[in-house]
Amino acid sequence: MALHPEQAKALTEMVLRTRDQEMTCDECLDEIAAFVEVQLTGTPLSAALQAVYEHLERCHHCADEYHVLRQALEALGEEEGR
Amino acid sequence: MRAPRENASWIRDLRSCGPVQAEALTDLRELLLRGLAKSFQARGETDQAFVEDVVQQALVHILDHLEQFQGRSRFTTWAMAIAVRLAMSALRRTRWQDVSLESMSAPSEGTPAWDRDDTTSPAQYAEQHAILQTLTRLIAEALTEKQWLALTAELGGMPLEEIARRMGSNVNAVYKLLHDARQRLKHGLETAGYTAEDVRSAFA
Repeated sequence: MALHPEQAKALTEMVLRTRDQEMTCDECLDEIAAFVEVQLTGTPLSAALQAVYEHLERCHHCADEYHVLRQALEALGEEEGR
Repeated sequence: MRAPRENASWIRDLRSCGPVQAEALTDLRELLLRGLAKSFQARGETDQAFVEDVVQQALVHILDHLEQFQGRSRFTTWAMAIAVRLAMSALRRTRWQDVSLESMSAPSEGTPAWDRDDTTSPAQYAEQHAILQTLTRLIAEALTEKQWLALTAELGGMPLEEIARRMGSNVNAVYKLLHDARQRLKHGLETAGYTAEDVRSAFA
């Protein structure tokens, strides 16, 4: 497989977003419940949850889990609101 | 209809035994089923049997790990996050079960060429090509074979837990391996004189 422009672009973007200190996937998912509640209520992010936000920008697998969790909670919230 | 449980009530009831625990488990099961069913229904990739199986696994996991709930969210959000994690993990395993790491690997040496498309100016194409040559050199000089293998798998969309499974490792170790690789490439690009702005504008 040779890198084509889209892959080169994805690789460079991945590299450019790299920080010296990064949260791992496990650390991110440990905080995901608190993070999603803050996002749903529109409360400002604490420094700890800002690191979750930055991880989700870099890691599409964790971002995928966040979106599924958010959808599930939103669905339950809609039921309660009926 | 009973009032919704507070966090402490969930923990107390799930830790008790007999009908109190059974009722709490039934309530939690129904809540997880409703949330997951709606969420996965929207994605159109699972059926009810899958959701029920995941919720059952989640209940067992939650009961075994109640001491890990630290109260930083509502208990039900924490429980739903566990169910989602188990569901996504199962889906990824199924989706990637027949894909090997090697099938996703790219050669770590040699500069691949690509044709310029109509939307790329000659100057931008030349800049892209120069950056790619630098990247290719950095990959060969600064990364281990294992790092390149993991990086190309990640670029191809393989989840870290699947990369880890194939490497006989764990997600955290693979994340650190990839973080180190990205840092090396970033440092190399900076040393070669490329700013983030240069790189982004070349591939815009």
